[in-house]
Amino acid sequence: MTQDLSQAHQHEHQAVPSDLALRVKALESLLVEKGLVDRAALDALVDAYEHKIGPRNGARVVARAWSDPAYLRRLLNDADAAISEMGFGGMQGEHMVVVENTAGVHNLVVCTLCSCYPWPVLGLPPVWYKSAPYRSRAVIDPRGVLREFGLQLSEEVEVRVWDSTAEVRYLVLPERPSGTEGWSDEALSALVTRDAMIGVAKISLPRVGSAA
Amino acid sequence: MNGVHDMGGMHGMGPIVEEKSEPVFHYEWEGRIFAMNRAMGAWRKWNLDASRHSRELIPPAEYLRMSYYERWLAGLIELMVQSGLTTRAEIASGAPVPESIKTVPILTPEKAAFLVAKGISTSRNVKVTARFQVGQQVRARNMHPVGHTRLPRYARGKFGTIHRDHGVFVFPDTNAHFLGEKPQHVYSVRFEARELWGAQSGEKDSVYLDMWDDYLEST
Repeated sequence: MTQDLSQAHQHEHQAVPSDLALRVKALESLLVEKGLVDRAALDALVDAYEHKIGPRNGARVVARAWSDPAYLRRLLNDADAAISEMGFGGMQGEHMVVVENTAGVHNLVVCTLCSCYPWPVLGLPPVWYKSAPYRSRAVIDPRGVLREFGLQLSEEVEVRVWDSTAEVRYLVLPERPSGTEGWSDEALSALVTRDAMIGVAKISLPRVGSAA
Repeated sequence: MNGVHDMGGMHGMGPIVEEKSEPVFHYEWEGRIFAMNRAMGAWRKWNLDASRHSRELIPPAEYLRMSYYERWLAGLIELMVQSGLTTRAEIASGAPVPESIKTVPILTPEKAAFLVAKGISTSRNVKVTARFQVGQQVRARNMHPVGHTRLPRYARGKFGTIHRDHGVFVFPDTNAHFLGEKPQHVYSVRFEARELWGAQSGEKDSVYLDMWDDYLEST
């Protein structure tokens, strides 16, 4: 399923990029000339999501929830307050709910209608999350989607799909892998992946001796 | 509207393609159009729901052909033209018409930073009676509005259970069309997967949707 960059581009960016680049550049010039947008504000927005806000934020929330039972309770009861404690929050994460994966329950997040995603903790969504194949199938065939991501769940496990149809944004709290007892929050957060916080993957320990 | 954007349950869309080490933006223009949508939204000539609807109105064949940020470009142009912030002639030529009066941008870098950090909540602190209680069985209305709605087709007419009350939020179906905020309760509603999709689904599996009061009826 994973493809290299050039193949993915062919699939997702069929329009001639140079044409779009020119159109967007012309639009920006027009809006600047009319005094409707400030270029420095555009730079600040791009910089925030390219460099400051991303899945490392969510990983820190998850690591703390794994190591601090009181924080875990706060996170599951009032995610907005608990995430804010870690210094995260804001646009497209105004109302957060955290759903916990356990041995018996697996959660998966989608937005079938557009691309809703918890920006303050995960950053902007990857292309696949916003694309028709995922949006169409996550609700009707979540187990098939998970297999496509390399995750085979037992029939005994209950799958809960969260379709983000309103202004609530969902973060999956993955299961803590065994063998991490006593690890620091920093070491734990390094294990946590974006895909696990969407619910399309589990978290596993890198094999000892592997070039991870 | 029963548009192609309402994709839940459709077949034939192909495999999921995950890109290794995916950048946040693949091209510089993607970041610029992302940011321009936020900066132009700050003029408050439209709202979040209207901007979603502007992308839903892209004709289906175009919607499926376009990349994600190409849709954002198309939607933004329609919103700007309809609200009178720019004309089509200006967009075509890339230059202001002579009679255009130069204004001062609303979204400064400081306000952009504040927007990122605080967001814009659509919850409303008003007293509205909740028509449903946690644990109650409900049915999603069988309705097919031609305008904007956040009630996906795959749930319409289906039975579910109120899982949680999220509180009171702006109603997209009216807000997108500038017909008022009509604040009302939003619930997390649990639907058994078999209620939605039949026997092919796992017996224990479920789909949770967030639904406004007006999308639901009692059983």
